[in-house]
Amino acid sequence: MSHTLQDKRPSAAAPQGALSGARMPRWAPLAIAVGSAALGSLIGLGAGLDSKIQWALLAALVFVAATYLITAKVEGSRQGKNQVATSLVWVCFLLAVIPLLSLAWTTISKGAGVVDGYFLSHSMSGLLDTDEGGGVYHALLGTIEQVAIAAVIATPIGLLTAVYLVEYGTGKLSRAVTFFVDVMTGIPSIVAGLFILSTWNLMLGFGVSGFAGALALSILMMPVVVRSTEEMLKLVPNELREASLALGVPQWRTILKVVLPTAIGGITTGVMLAIARITGETAPVLLLVFGTKLINPNPFEGAQSSLPLYVFEQYSVGTDASHARAWGAALVLIAFVMILNLVARGIARWKAPKTGR
Amino acid sequence: MDTTTAPPTDAPPPPPVFDKGAPKAKKQLGDRIFLGLSRGSGITLLVIMAAIAAFLTYRAMLAISKDETNFLTTFEWNPQGEPVSFGIAVLAFGTVVSSIIAMVIAVPIAIGIALFISHFAPRRLAAPIAYLVDLLAAVPSIIYGLWGAVFLVPYLDGLNKWLDEYFAWTYIFDKTNEGVARNLFTVGILLAIMILPIITNVIREVFLQSPKMIEEAALALGATRWEVIRMAVIPFGRSGIISASMLGLGRALGETMAVAVVLSPSFLLSFHILDAGGGTFAQNIAAKFNEANGFGRDALIASGLVLFIITLLVNGAARAIIARRKEYSGANA
Amino acid sequence: MAKRIDVSGLTAFYGTHRAIDDISMTVEPRSVTAFIGPSGCGKSTFLRTLNRMHEVTPGGRVEGKVLLDDENLYGANVDPVAVRRTVGMVFQRPNPFPTMSIFDNVAAGLKLNGKYRKNELANVVEKSLKGANLWNEVKDRLNKPGSGLSGGQQQRLCIARAIAVEPDVLLMDEPCSALDPISTLAIEDLIGELKERFTIVIVTHNMQQAARVSDRTAFFNLSAVGQPGKLIEIDETERIFANPSVQATEDYISGRFG
Repeated sequence: MSHTLQDKRPSAAAPQGALSGARMPRWAPLAIAVGSAALGSLIGLGAGLDSKIQWALLAALVFVAATYLITAKVEGSRQGKNQVATSLVWVCFLLAVIPLLSLAWTTISKGAGVVDGYFLSHSMSGLLDTDEGGGVYHALLGTIEQVAIAAVIATPIGLLTAVYLVEYGTGKLSRAVTFFVDVMTGIPSIVAGLFILSTWNLMLGFGVSGFAGALALSILMMPVVVRSTEEMLKLVPNELREASLALGVPQWRTILKVVLPTAIGGITTGVMLAIARITGETAPVLLLVFGTKLINPNPFEGAQSSLPLYVFEQYSVGTDASHARAWGAALVLIAFVMILNLVARGIARWKAPKTGR
Repeated sequence: MDTTTAPPTDAPPPPPVFDKGAPKAKKQLGDRIFLGLSRGSGITLLVIMAAIAAFLTYRAMLAISKDETNFLTTFEWNPQGEPVSFGIAVLAFGTVVSSIIAMVIAVPIAIGIALFISHFAPRRLAAPIAYLVDLLAAVPSIIYGLWGAVFLVPYLDGLNKWLDEYFAWTYIFDKTNEGVARNLFTVGILLAIMILPIITNVIREVFLQSPKMIEEAALALGATRWEVIRMAVIPFGRSGIISASMLGLGRALGETMAVAVVLSPSFLLSFHILDAGGGTFAQNIAAKFNEANGFGRDALIASGLVLFIITLLVNGAARAIIARRKEYSGANA
Repeated sequence: MAKRIDVSGLTAFYGTHRAIDDISMTVEPRSVTAFIGPSGCGKSTFLRTLNRMHEVTPGGRVEGKVLLDDENLYGANVDPVAVRRTVGMVFQRPNPFPTMSIFDNVAAGLKLNGKYRKNELANVVEKSLKGANLWNEVKDRLNKPGSGLSGGQQQRLCIARAIAVEPDVLLMDEPCSALDPISTLAIEDLIGELKERFTIVIVTHNMQQAARVSDRTAFFNLSAVGQPGKLIEIDETERIFANPSVQATEDYISGRFG
């Protein structure tokens, strides 16, 4: 994975020559870190700063400055710069890890108490938003249906487009497609929602439905599928194609029987990651599916719910009971997405193409 | 990344019998159907893109033609009022400011984390961390929003007060109204946290691909680890860093739910970024949608069109920068 | 300047794998020492232990001593960065910094140590390029990227870059294996000139090259794949090629294996 450039640090004192200078002991950065944390907290406490974030930022600042000053003094300014870069990188890492871990921990700890069999198997039917109880069944059902429909639409189009780009495309058309796939990757989800709104609903006159939401989600999913499938098809060695073509197998059968099966692991992974990504999209669902408290198993008729939308609605209600449900649904959603991710990555590892490199 | 200059293996030459001499009609039926299907899919994508642009423009024009004030400079959003008056000035400001804050925070930290994973972390730590960052990039934005509203906002209250107290002279950190930290600054921080894993992933990939040979050359000259990174890693990663940043910027510009949950919106344009209020394109659409009638929705579509154009420009700029960098460096890397 | 290298009991590992085992030898100053041996015998690994580049590879670890004029490279408090500044290295494939001009490539090592004035820098660059027999070919395009040169020129640029910091020792890891015969000849001539100023150690797969350029030759071998590489013998080059004292050396040189 990483090619870490690490030098062994000497540990004990020894006579000095031209090559050696004073060096910091191995534990020095750790000691400085502990010292800075203490100092940062002390200053924070002394100045009466009530936010722990400021304490941490202060400690980080002290840490970076101290490593530079101490190392520059002991080992020279070049080593000082090296050390300050090292400590900055560590600080970056820690700064980022804290909120991200907090996010994961909050969702799990707040959601775990809510999610149970009842929560998963009941809707909000007959409950006021302010009531306790209720569940996410209708939202889970809606999410699964919408995402499934979106995947059914987007996967074949995405796959075939990638096949076109890699196996056939050379001219202007393929360059245009490549360019617009890139552009499409950057479309904000709410814009995709507005597009379906302006065509499907406003122009063609259909009402809200799970299917309308699925259309918007499929627009978001297509470019992701194209990109990942393209990458995978490119990894298939050309010799395989040539070997098959040399046997007189027509090109379309070569693609179907040789190229796609070789890359199928990676393609599956890409599609699943794309599904995971659209599962969490809220904005188009908000515009097009509308949300309901009832179980509506028909994605083609009437409002449905979905997990991310449910989280948003329950948060907006603003009572303790609804917040609890929001966290519960958030946990279900995150679990859903993470399982998709883990399975997808598992497939990628298991079916990794042997490129011989 | 760049498919137009892909190595020759990418586009396998069709067998000679197909492209030399033999007329197209002699292709097998199956081949023709398959080619037709895959080309058709490609064309479908193009049609969808064209349709998005066309329909959004059409509906937006319907709305803008009835707007009695200037669509670009008006400070209010009242499409159903009398007179009809709505404009995107506040939304454009809020979108740009919150995205800039997010980028200023996220890009350097993402570079730091990417370096941490690729060059600094103990090897046993690097792989699991990379995996974790990958997973975090998949967390839905609504969950970032929920976490931001419930946890980040109260935490940032203290920081806001402190910034106001000591940095009010900078003008932007002068907090002129009371209230919790549901402001553009908080939104920017939340967006930064949200796009951090996405940017980090791309940059990490780029750094891991930096040529080992050149790193060794620097090391053998007696460069410290930091000097190796400056001489041999960053120069190769530059265009990757730019494209990763643009990817993150695109996400930040178009983010809906995280902003909608955290911001307490208002149609005030204020450079005091700690003041509660402001709005973004996407947030405004989500917030106003349910109460909007037919015309109100067209007005929202008009604002969506502007967001669409902005993301197109960002995307185009990123591609242009990357293309130019490639020409300039002329490196055989 | 040029210093003597004294290696004693040196063992290098990749993780738990022993790559070379218990090597001891002396490399004389102002001479060329060639390392030969079959692939995988650890001669490149051994070369990389001489400027502490080995430990840069993941899992790389060294036991034993390398004395550079009485100072142990692996002693406590020795800064590997200082070691690599003192012991320069030229790699198998030419690797000039592609984003830098020819001038900046040569000056790169000096700039790391800071405190050079502009004309001083230009002098050193000119001297180094002359030392690498490259000056006449590039003096008119010092500001062009180094990657625009031919393979042989690039390799000489790398040599110029290495000697610009005035190292005591110059390590060369198969410097000609990626080059055509004419460029190879140019580099071999250059090695002959450079040994007046530096201690040179060169790893080569080409026995004729070892015979042509080196004063002393060391033969490395391994008993089986997966076994650690060992130093079989080191002697005057003429002796090694005419009358080696170990049978395996003779077998290798006469082409019976390897």
